Amino acid sequence: MMRDNDLPVTEDELHAYVDGELPADRRTTVEAWLAKHPDDAARVAAWRLQADVIRARYADVATQAIPAKLNLARMSYASRPWKAAAAAAVVAAFFLGGFAGWMARDTSGDLPTAFQQLTAQALDAHKVYAVEVRHPVEVAASDAEHLQQWLSKRVGYPLRAPNLESQGLHLIGGRLLPTPTGTAAAFFMYENASGERFTFYCTRAAGPNTAMRYSGEDKAAAIYWVDDNIVYVISGASERKQLWQVARAAYDQLEPRVTDERG
Amino acid sequence: MIGFKEEVQLAIPALRRYARALTHDADVADDLVQDTLVRALRSQHLFLGGELRSWLYTILTNLNRNRLRSLARRPAITVIGDNDAPGASNPDVGGRDIERALAGLVEEQRTALLLVVLEGLSYREVAEVQGVPIGTVMSRVARARLQIKTYLEDERPMLRRVK
Repeated sequence: MMRDNDLPVTEDELHAYVDGELPADRRTTVEAWLAKHPDDAARVAAWRLQADVIRARYADVATQAIPAKLNLARMSYASRPWKAAAAAAVVAAFFLGGFAGWMARDTSGDLPTAFQQLTAQALDAHKVYAVEVRHPVEVAASDAEHLQQWLSKRVGYPLRAPNLESQGLHLIGGRLLPTPTGTAAAFFMYENASGERFTFYCTRAAGPNTAMRYSGEDKAAAIYWVDDNIVYVISGASERKQLWQVARAAYDQLEPRVTDERG
Repeated sequence: MIGFKEEVQLAIPALRRYARALTHDADVADDLVQDTLVRALRSQHLFLGGELRSWLYTILTNLNRNRLRSLARRPAITVIGDNDAPGASNPDVGGRDIERALAGLVEEQRTALLLVVLEGLSYREVAEVQGVPIGTVMSRVARARLQIKTYLEDERPMLRRVK
């Protein structure tokens, strides 16, 4: 019978060996293998040399003085926690132009009414359309360019459907939705290999940035936040961790706006 | 306990090293680090705990990918200084050779190799940064190593002949 450490050493294991990712028992086996296989030993030596040369080439960058433009203190505006930003905006924090004024209150449990309405609407749309078999979207992902141009034009800012392939989610398409305030929202739908659907909703709004929040129901849940005057709502199955991952993947693709020097 | 900002501060030297190796341009590299820091501080409220260092590498990697995409619309130029002396301590493989070899890799492979070799991330951490399975990370690292090896073996005899 073949014992575990008699199995031939694979190429993957040689790399894992060099990178210190191999369990101790298998390491011994690899070392014995290398003693008998000079070609593999030469490859391992070459990879180690590469690593040494790469580290030697860039080692000094990490020990140089940090330039002034990377001084965190100068980026203090950007780092203001959202609550402080909200407090500063108490004077005139109208959420959604034209909507009844809503004053930012420093009660983190309390949500702005309009924000709640938008989130509830996004979640409702999710529940209605995600179960739709024949017509889940108005414009299919095969026509993605047209879809994004159309929704950008109607919603009023250049928007993009996030690529969620890293989460195993393929874009099916999208549709336009009216908001409770009469403006337009973009609504994109995604599906994974097992047919589970997630939706991404976004619309313009005026208000302070907020943290990501979670709102769960029995069968569907949403994560929603405001960033740079856009409300985002990700809805999907109520498994919280998975939803967070999808929301983070979407967030990571929203274009950053450099806010250095302010504040 | 160490605060969020202090922890970000401590990561700056490593982020600069990674960015330099990714871009081979000190100014572009520091711009990338700056964008990463601004974004990290701005998104502090979205950081859900866990490994802050991996999160910062993720942001920088994504920003670099966006940068390369916008560059791709223009003709590609790879600028590598001509006056770089080969690494004196290692006459066999100069620093310039390794820069050229790294510059010749496709972006995902360069990113994976540098995160593993230069920054010491585990395969699992790199898988999170790149948003792919661990097996994909391993094959990227393997292909990067093979290509660098081939590049160095093909190029060096030629350079010697020129000298």
